[in-house]
Amino acid sequence: MRITCPLCGERDRREFYYQGAAVLLERPAFDASDEAWDGYLHLRDNPAGKTRDLWYHEAGCGAWVVVTRDTVTHAVLDCVLASDVASGARP
Amino acid sequence: MRFSGLRVLKEGLTGNKGWRPHWRDPDPKPDYDIILIGGGGHGLSTAYYLARTYGLSRIAVLEKGYIGGGNVGRNTTIVRANYFLPGNAEFYSHSLKLWEGLEQELNYNVMLSQRGLINLFHSDGQRDAFARRGNAMINQGDDAILLDREGVRDHLPYLDFDNTRFPIYGGLYHPRGGTARHDAVAWGYARGADQRGVDIIQNCEVTGIDIAGGQVRGVQTTRGAIRADKVGIVVAGRSGQVAAMAGLRLPIESHVLQAFVTEGLKPIIDHVVSFGMGHFYISQSDKGGLVFGGDLDFYASYAARGNLPMVEHVMEAGMTLMPMIGKARVLRSWGGIMDMTPDGSPIIDRTGIDGLYIDCGWCYGGFKAVPASGDCFAHLIATDRPHPAAAGFRLDRFRTGRGLMDEEGTGAQHNLH
Repeated sequence: MRITCPLCGERDRREFYYQGAAVLLERPAFDASDEAWDGYLHLRDNPAGKTRDLWYHEAGCGAWVVVTRDTVTHAVLDCVLASDVASGARP
Repeated sequence: MRFSGLRVLKEGLTGNKGWRPHWRDPDPKPDYDIILIGGGGHGLSTAYYLARTYGLSRIAVLEKGYIGGGNVGRNTTIVRANYFLPGNAEFYSHSLKLWEGLEQELNYNVMLSQRGLINLFHSDGQRDAFARRGNAMINQGDDAILLDREGVRDHLPYLDFDNTRFPIYGGLYHPRGGTARHDAVAWGYARGADQRGVDIIQNCEVTGIDIAGGQVRGVQTTRGAIRADKVGIVVAGRSGQVAAMAGLRLPIESHVLQAFVTEGLKPIIDHVVSFGMGHFYISQSDKGGLVFGGDLDFYASYAARGNLPMVEHVMEAGMTLMPMIGKARVLRSWGGIMDMTPDGSPIIDRTGIDGLYIDCGWCYGGFKAVPASGDCFAHLIATDRPHPAAAGFRLDRFRTGRGLMDEEGTGAQHNLH
């Protein structure tokens, strides 16, 4: 599996650390309900097929990347900077 | 049909013509009392205990492929009761006791081999942790012996004790741990359930769960609608998809775990051995193949096959620990879909929908749990109360934070357990 870092280009999967589903970018407010925190920390759509998850380019530029992948074929479909997703600049 | 030495002898002398299929291949009936979605180890054992312990027989096990084709046929066959935390410890202790009587219970040779399991440690801190774990196991009523380096050498003389990066300080020896023939466990439970009237329906994929007024009413399948007022979901890595049919979102992320087997060799590894520094574990099957595995590939996956970086890592860990296996040729590698929870412990609970129950989240420790998971899930479905040995496996522990069982202390990240 190869992941295209938006800053560094296509790299071996081993350069990246997998954190989890991209829902991790949607951190609830400090005083949000138990349900909101449960949904953020624990509950997952866990799709068989297209998914979006958060990877860290640990052995490269240090960028956090939102990777759109297929969990059945391991195809990597799209990679964008997590900072762009978090700021709303990218969907 | 009962198996016995006499029967084997008779069949051997008469050309083995008297053997019959071990279970029927029934078409689904329009309604049952209980439907179990998933014909893996846990689903089949649940069906067996529902019939055996609670005298129920209007039960269907629905399997989308063939029984035993999922994780129960893909694991590294290890059986053990070396858990540390309350909640887990009593459950796995219960499971090991069921394993010890399983062949007589099922009249089926599951080839349980209590050859002993040794978890190696490689630092003072790890020794302390294992000493504490061993004490917890003894307090639970199970067996644990802390071995020093020479004690390990008596059992495992072939390890690389001179390894400078990961020196072997000792090991925690669990004599009652071992292996079992994984396929036979599925087949034995299937046969036992079938003999008690359970319909095991293969090639029958559930495509929807019917719920009316907060009560489950049945399922839609590729072989038509089937009614039942109690439905159990026990589908391991596919839990997320099946639960979504009932509108549930689970604390589960599915990951791929690879395993490997070499060509058959003469007996060389007598125990189950795990490497404390590289997440590598190995045993030798009765056919002689070295069966081994390592860690998850670490990214969410339903591919049932992994990638090369983890293959390389597992081989490196094996070579570091026991260089003697370096010339063994790997025959096959494969992957299974692991239902990883945020604390690494499983879920056996109600779902909030009346009559709908779930048994999932076994991460990559489901095989040893097959007997107790079936026993406890059957208890929950039959009585609507949790079995005492599985009372900690609550679905709401993640929301409330009460009763989390994070054996490795790695926090709420699904792939770190």
